[in-house]
Amino acid sequence: MTEKNEQTALLLLGCPQVPVQTSMVLYLAHGLSERGIRPVIAGTTAARKLMEVADPGRHYLDEMNDLDATIDEITEKKRDFDLCFVFIHNDSGIAYAGTMAYISKAWVYALIFGEHAEELAEEIEFPCEIVAAKATHNPMPLKRRLDEVMQWAAVSKR
Amino acid sequence: MGGCLEAMKPEIILSRTTFKDAREYIKKNVREYHEVEPGYKIFDVHIIGVPPLYVGVEGEDLIFPYTKPCHGTFVVKVAGGEEIARLRAGKK
Repeated sequence: MTEKNEQTALLLLGCPQVPVQTSMVLYLAHGLSERGIRPVIAGTTAARKLMEVADPGRHYLDEMNDLDATIDEITEKKRDFDLCFVFIHNDSGIAYAGTMAYISKAWVYALIFGEHAEELAEEIEFPCEIVAAKATHNPMPLKRRLDEVMQWAAVSKR
Repeated sequence: MGGCLEAMKPEIILSRTTFKDAREYIKKNVREYHEVEPGYKIFDVHIIGVPPLYVGVEGEDLIFPYTKPCHGTFVVKVAGGEEIARLRAGKK
């Protein structure tokens, strides 16, 4: 959602303690860029540093911002996004996704992974698309689910 | 913890809980509480979670949920100052 009418997607990162998050963020950022949707990443300092180190040439990453500063911008109506992907593996992730569903006009995708993905998915009681897979070290189950969403994103752009 | 809030040395009432348990704690244990929207800002922290979200007032203190991405939700108590009047007035 920008003045240039370019579609944007917010990728909101949770705590980076589960290994699949970093590679899935890079994969999603790449897939969105390929479809003409600009990815904007928001996360904690540690989550962003993991991204920066993994992509030093900035082949996949574009804009990266502090999590709280991004929430400030959205609540103050200074900025919003077309799509929002929230990476979730704990209760805090659910809380952040619920907040995004409330404060942002973006359609929210709850990307749920980790050991307790199924239980966490059952906790969601707000409008969003749930993409859940029990993936901790191996990203493939979540990647397969995400690929279905990426196809949807490509269709919606037309 | 947000730098400003941390400097105020808040009392930690509940540690590493869920946003739902934090909501229930405030509702059951604080006589005066106000519903706020997700993203409501107190000092330098946002109230994060799914509605309804509550912020309590106890004397000169505020009691509210503070969510950290890696450590869950804390219920904290801190001197409210001018934030109490803003909360009671229902201002965003």
